Amino acid sequence: MKPLLRIDNLSAGYYNEDIIKGVSLDVQAGDFMGIIGPNGSGKTTLLRLCSKILRPRQGRIYFSEKDIFTMELKEFCRQVAFVSQDISTDLSFSVMEMVLMGRIPHLKRLQFETKKDTEICERALTLTGSAELKEKMLNELSAGERQRAIIARALAQEPVLLLLDEPTAHLDIGHQIQVMDLLKKLNHQDNLTIVMILHDLNLASAYCNRICLLDNGNIFKEGQAEGVLTYKNIEAVYKTVVLVNTNPVTGRPNVVLVPKEL
Amino acid sequence: MDKYLNKKLLVLSLLLGIAVFFGLAQGSVRIPLNELLLKDNQVIFNLRLLRILAAILVGSGLAVAGIVLQAILRNPLAEPYLLGTSSGAGLAAVIAVILGVSRIYMPLAAFLGAVASIILVYALASERKKIADKSLILSGVIISIAFSSIIVFLVSLFGNQAMHEMNWWLWGSLQVYDWQLVLLVAIPVILGIGVIYIFAQDLNAIQLGEEEALHLGIDTQNVKNILIIIAALITASLICICGIIGFVGLIVPHMMRQAVGSNHKALIPVTCLAAAIFMVVCDIVSRTLFAPVEIPIGVITAIIGAPIFIILLKRSQRIR
Repeated sequence: MKPLLRIDNLSAGYYNEDIIKGVSLDVQAGDFMGIIGPNGSGKTTLLRLCSKILRPRQGRIYFSEKDIFTMELKEFCRQVAFVSQDISTDLSFSVMEMVLMGRIPHLKRLQFETKKDTEICERALTLTGSAELKEKMLNELSAGERQRAIIARALAQEPVLLLLDEPTAHLDIGHQIQVMDLLKKLNHQDNLTIVMILHDLNLASAYCNRICLLDNGNIFKEGQAEGVLTYKNIEAVYKTVVLVNTNPVTGRPNVVLVPKEL
Repeated sequence: MDKYLNKKLLVLSLLLGIAVFFGLAQGSVRIPLNELLLKDNQVIFNLRLLRILAAILVGSGLAVAGIVLQAILRNPLAEPYLLGTSSGAGLAAVIAVILGVSRIYMPLAAFLGAVASIILVYALASERKKIADKSLILSGVIISIAFSSIIVFLVSLFGNQAMHEMNWWLWGSLQVYDWQLVLLVAIPVILGIGVIYIFAQDLNAIQLGEEEALHLGIDTQNVKNILIIIAALITASLICICGIIGFVGLIVPHMMRQAVGSNHKALIPVTCLAAAIFMVVCDIVSRTLFAPVEIPIGVITAIIGAPIFIILLKRSQRIR
């Protein structure tokens, strides 16, 4: 099967220093891929490259076999959406106004939103369980509600591929599970391909069908949770001792932290 | 979008109509309205009408230029003269006065000066075809200070004549007598506002952050360049007829953002109307308060604007 997203021998960074050093990775349609790795390992840089924000120094990224850096930006954004950790909240936009911005890539310069665009946005709001937040202002929402609204905006772009940069970073465990369950549902029901950066190894283990462990700009290990989340790999990359047992519910690896001082 | 937007626009239009009516009725010479319409007084009527049209143009143009810079620089304190337009226009005008250029060419000189300063600020701020928000603000401030000091230098060298000509520039004036000039300025201002409105949704996305806008398929750098240049051209055109009028580009967008929110599709039309009302009222005050002496309009906008601004600021602090 041809990969949906193909990263080919990619090197990139800021100024003269390479943060990503010759990474190659294939993402298949329908994948739920987690990108993990310590701070500074290049996770965010990799995702910025995949979302066309940053240009590589070397190598290519193909989306449906098209080089994304020669693709027109709006055409790209009709198929690939991005969800950031959070957005600035001192702006007075209503949730619906923000979600409608997801329709920008589908509209021509002189075109205003039609009823169809509103319907697509309402469906996205319903899917993310935020239909009742529609008229609320962004600064009235809790962090979890806001994250769901941002995901709704990404869905309004009607993407094939969803990129997420640690969408659960500011959320408590209840909201973390809520957001992850939502993504899993979208992945299952709508066959939405997902690539997300995660800090929490156990969330990655529980939800992702493939995990990519980055270390210092290289892929240290890539594959299913069982193969990647071994205590040896984690110790080698994170330089810390952990125990890995099995999550009794999911049957997937469960990483247990081991404090050095008790 | 705001469900009551149409109603708000209607109310503002009515208020503008009332303001225009009073603007026509009031002046340094008191003439009853029924007499004003007589043929004998047509000159006065026309002059007042021209003034009011200029006020509407100036208010709407400066406020929308302010909106653009505030959204793009993500700084509520950005104002239309941020890019050194005012001091550039002032410097060119002073030089023109010193060189003995005819008064007819003053607006042209001011316009060219404003455009030159915009180009200079842009060139200073750009680095590898990219404009960083902070360097744009900084180079705008630096150019303004540099040009202002040259103005003072020239005025102190060449004395009173230039000083006298300069005064109305620095504090603004709506004393316009030239229909053609106003119409000529109206074209870029109205077109500019129209183009900016077309980019309303882009401004919304850019307000969320530059990368957010890129993720939504907006060529941020390009859009920013286009809109900043349009805003600067609107400001430069308006300087020709009214000199420098502060506060209106800062305070009216701020007030309207509190009234209708950050959505530019609502914010731009509402601000256009509100700023027009604000300017027409300020003009009436400037003409009638100490009639027949006219107070510079910039003084009035500042005197009315500053307290409103402080009240709004204090209230929004309390809410947080």
